Amino acid sequence: MTKLECRQIFAMLSEYLDGELPPEMCDQIESHIHGCSPCVEFVKSLETTIRYCRRMALEHQPAPLPENLKAELLASYRKSCGLDS
Amino acid sequence: MSQVAEEVELARRLIAGDQTAFEPFVGIFQQKLFQYSYLSCGQREDAEEVAQETLLKVFQSLDQLREPDRIRPWVFRIARNLCYMKRRKSIFAPEVEFSLEELGPSFREEGGRRRLEIADWSALPDSLAMNAELREILSAAISGLPDIYRSVLLLRDVEELSTEEAAGVLGVSEEVVKTRLHRARLAVRKTLDSSLMAVGGA
Ligand SMILES: [Zn+2]
Repeated sequence: MTKLECRQIFAMLSEYLDGELPPEMCDQIESHIHGCSPCVEFVKSLETTIRYCRRMALEHQPAPLPENLKAELLASYRKSCGLDS
Repeated sequence: MSQVAEEVELARRLIAGDQTAFEPFVGIFQQKLFQYSYLSCGQREDAEEVAQETLLKVFQSLDQLREPDRIRPWVFRIARNLCYMKRRKSIFAPEVEFSLEELGPSFREEGGRRRLEIADWSALPDSLAMNAELREILSAAISGLPDIYRSVLLLRDVEELSTEEAAGVLGVSEEVVKTRLHRARLAVRKTLDSSLMAVGGA
């Protein structure tokens, strides 16, 4: 296994994980990763990163909307969708 | 119903004049927009403001949204523009471009074998729900990205827009979204990895 192969895999990993590569390319990547422990470890860490981003939840919560703003939002909605006419 | 389907359904009802969709729609999107803006602008006060101003623009121009299933990209495009103006005023993050080389795996030789330099990720929890420290590290890693990368990662991974939708919001090609997303993920991965190494003493 040459260094170049790992680098090539590495450049395509996001597209691979997002299912955006053609099937032949996926097969090639999978057969490489299967026999390459650095790639396995690297892919796992990248997958974990993406999973964490997807389930990101902030410590902070927004303050409740002020009542006058809520009223303004509702009025804007009614006006824009013609509910008042 | 999935979260996206629920949002689309609420948007559809609002456009059809069903006012009972107003409260749940505001509830979902205020939360979403606050998180997006917080990670995007990095300031709590700005984030509150952007969430509110976005909602106002959304309701003022809801009649212009022809396809309810575009609700997410449509809302985030508005938020993105508002954040962009705020961020320009407050934070001057350098617009550097990342190369794959600097974000890539590093190796060391050990007993004639090539090993990856990496922290121990195996002990990490499945979700961040119980780990406030990791959540802080992740949110700082995202906020600290240069804008061209952060904006893509927020839309694609945090808000789960499609490549095509994110490209539309940001006004760039799908190829650019893919390239930047990969680098953004790698940069966040690297920050997490360094933090884990520091904690683990590895
Ligand atoms: Zn490899």
